[in-house]
Amino acid sequence: MSGLGRALAGTGPLTGLALRRDRIMLTAWVYVLTAWAVGTAYSLKKLYPTVAAQQRFAATVAHNSLFIALYDPLFGRSLGALTAWRISNPTALLAALMSVFIVVRHTRGDEEAGRLELVGAASVGRQAALASALLVAFGASLAFAALTAAGLIFLGLPAPGAFSLGLAIASAGWVFAAVTAVAVQIAETARVARGIAIAVVTAAYLLRDGSAAKGASWLIWLTPVGWAVQVRPFGGERLWVLALSAGCTAIAVAASFALSARRDLGAGLVPVRPGRERASGWLGGPSALAWRLQRSGLVGWTAGLAAIGAVIGILTPAIGTLVGTSSAMGHAFTKLGGSSGIADAFLAAMAGLYGLVAAAYAVAVTLRLREEETSERAEPVLAAAVGRIRWAASHLVVAVAGTGVLLAAAGLSSGVADAVRTGNAGQVPRLLGAATAQLPAVWLFVGIAMALFGCLPRLDVAAWAALMAFLLLGQLGPLLRLPQWAMDISPFTHVPKLPGTAFTLTPLIWLTVAAVLLTTAGLAGFRQRDIG
Amino acid sequence: MTGVIEVSGLHKSFGHTSALDGLDLRVRTGEVHGFLGPNGAGKTTTIRVLLGLLRADAGTARLLGGDPWHDATTLHRRLAYVPGDVTLWPNLTGGEVIDLLGRLRGGLDDKRRAALLDRFDLDPKKKARTYSKGNRQKVALVAALASDAELLILDEPTAGLDPLMEAAFRACIEEERSAGRSVLLSSHILSEVEALCERVTIIRAGRTVESGTLPELRHLTRTSITAELSDVPYDLTGLPGVHDLHIQGTRVQCQVDSENLGEFLSRLTRVGVRSLESHPPSLEELFLRHYAAGATGVTASSAGSVVTAHGASGQEPSREGSCPRTPDGRSF
Repeated sequence: MSGLGRALAGTGPLTGLALRRDRIMLTAWVYVLTAWAVGTAYSLKKLYPTVAAQQRFAATVAHNSLFIALYDPLFGRSLGALTAWRISNPTALLAALMSVFIVVRHTRGDEEAGRLELVGAASVGRQAALASALLVAFGASLAFAALTAAGLIFLGLPAPGAFSLGLAIASAGWVFAAVTAVAVQIAETARVARGIAIAVVTAAYLLRDGSAAKGASWLIWLTPVGWAVQVRPFGGERLWVLALSAGCTAIAVAASFALSARRDLGAGLVPVRPGRERASGWLGGPSALAWRLQRSGLVGWTAGLAAIGAVIGILTPAIGTLVGTSSAMGHAFTKLGGSSGIADAFLAAMAGLYGLVAAAYAVAVTLRLREEETSERAEPVLAAAVGRIRWAASHLVVAVAGTGVLLAAAGLSSGVADAVRTGNAGQVPRLLGAATAQLPAVWLFVGIAMALFGCLPRLDVAAWAALMAFLLLGQLGPLLRLPQWAMDISPFTHVPKLPGTAFTLTPLIWLTVAAVLLTTAGLAGFRQRDIG
Repeated sequence: MTGVIEVSGLHKSFGHTSALDGLDLRVRTGEVHGFLGPNGAGKTTTIRVLLGLLRADAGTARLLGGDPWHDATTLHRRLAYVPGDVTLWPNLTGGEVIDLLGRLRGGLDDKRRAALLDRFDLDPKKKARTYSKGNRQKVALVAALASDAELLILDEPTAGLDPLMEAAFRACIEEERSAGRSVLLSSHILSEVEALCERVTIIRAGRTVESGTLPELRHLTRTSITAELSDVPYDLTGLPGVHDLHIQGTRVQCQVDSENLGEFLSRLTRVGVRSLESHPPSLEELFLRHYAAGATGVTASSAGSVVTAHGASGQEPSREGSCPRTPDGRSF
């Protein structure tokens, strides 16, 4: 057998194992992505059934800088072009995250848990795990591309556009799967590897956002997310752009295999330095431990959100300029409140984005409790003189305060960036307020995660499902013209759209009360149940 | 006499599987108590109930005079625990974990900590993720042994240790015993239990099948006898309490129940004894009988009453009940 053949021996069975382990997770990811894409096309078709209606809507979009900033440039006037404009950005992000989670889970995650050692002792090549993780990730994106294309064709959209849209989004998944394959070689823990990969995804999105600034449109060619847009599905497809993604993927895959061949199982590229012989004086209680375990994560998330906030702050002054002039547009424009109204609408949408990111952080931090429990690291702590409530509260404090830090950082950095750009600091308190107004809705996710952890620990992943469902509801709900009561299910619906609209305290109080109740229920459940 | 652990009739099931099915366990103050049982017998479940991590379905459990579920936090100040499968926070060093676990309990002795690190040859500056299984075990052991706890609960603490470290561990437990601390030692290493424990509880399928001092438990089993006689014996068959008798000329091999030993030996001396070897039953034999009984489908409950031999053996248990034999008559 050749050297490569030996190194890849066992890839087939490992891929089968990964598909077996992730059959529900993979199905859910592909389903959400496909439902988002096809659902958007379907609702646009229902809203604008005639070609004339589609063209009118496309004209509004093309002249609205807010829409362009929120989504992507529009290439074309057809239903397909509108669909591509609306979904490329968020679905490419989801595809990228899906790739990150799949690759980390089946490489560094298994390695850290010692499962790879068990498998490696069998007749399995040393590159087989990496190869099978990449195969699964590539396959998931491809499945999404195929299903989306089929769905769009079923809705009557032209096949070339349908396939190129599917492939364009899938290509983002491929690039980031390959990038993650490199990250897992560098980092020694799954957590850090995921952090590195997500930081790269964030950077790619910041470059894309930055390209909306005047004179910076070339930035879009530096980011894989930009390439996905530049394929221009339904707008005179440019399939050669996919070669950029393919090339980038190939280079990163080759690099990951080369790095993997050079390192030991369980080791990273950065050698481990010896640490402290004695614990610092402050590391003496459950709260200190929770802080020690969560602080690097908090720093990473804060830095990421602050960077997003800064880019948005820099972009905002450019949003308020009217792109085209027509009487209809002018009317819509004034209705939105003029140039400051458009900028405010954009900023309010961005504040909602901060809220989503902070909610993801809240779920991750709260479910760390479950992770500590299932890894049996909670056991020695709870077998010491630490009560259950005190232990759970130590992580809850990080979730509640950490989300505050995150949102404040996002609001402040966008305000400061705006002030630097315009020389007027008036936006700082407004943007800080808009971001922190998300807090009660975000805390509700702390409550949801805690209630699940305390009362239904085996269903803890439902907290992520809830976040995903509310995200989809917020995105597709207005397009599907869902009734208000349906929209009201999402906590984000109740957050006042700041800046720009009036601040209302009542919904925020209710959200906080709900969060407190859910958390209390979770704590009560946790006190009564078995550990492990 | 008061006990640090008093468990009786403990029941616990997870869904449809019953993990504990009326388990009894009694650990006296100041003793090292061996807790034995095959994999999945319920040792760890019992320990988790004692630590207040699991809630028992029925039965009573008292730990250091308190209720392990309700008084968990206060009781935990007085005990130290070493889990069977030690997982540590990957980015904390061993030294940090030892200090942290000690402080969470309410402090640890710095001098003992240093001495134990030395004895177990553990580098406290390494990150936990770089430790082997044995080294992770050592971290938990040092944290527990450097404490001033009255009770040590050790769940298979030497599973990952090399023989040298196992010896160091035994020496440590001997010291704990002389210091008057009580120890519950769950283990698979029978020589370790034989060397360290005054009393032993053997459980299987969530039930206690044997409990008592080692001499008491030995009393319940048979002694192997190999004798070279001066003449060919002819009246040895059919004696009460003699099993697996093999006579080859003047050579006699058999197993004899403890209370029939005197009578059997007097028969032998009547013939004339040239040499005599006798082996008291090892803990291993005792243990294997219960394991093998489980493997061949004879459960403790079906084989007879649960035997508990506390203190002086006033009650004479049924032999077949306490030591069920394999159906083919093979004994260990």
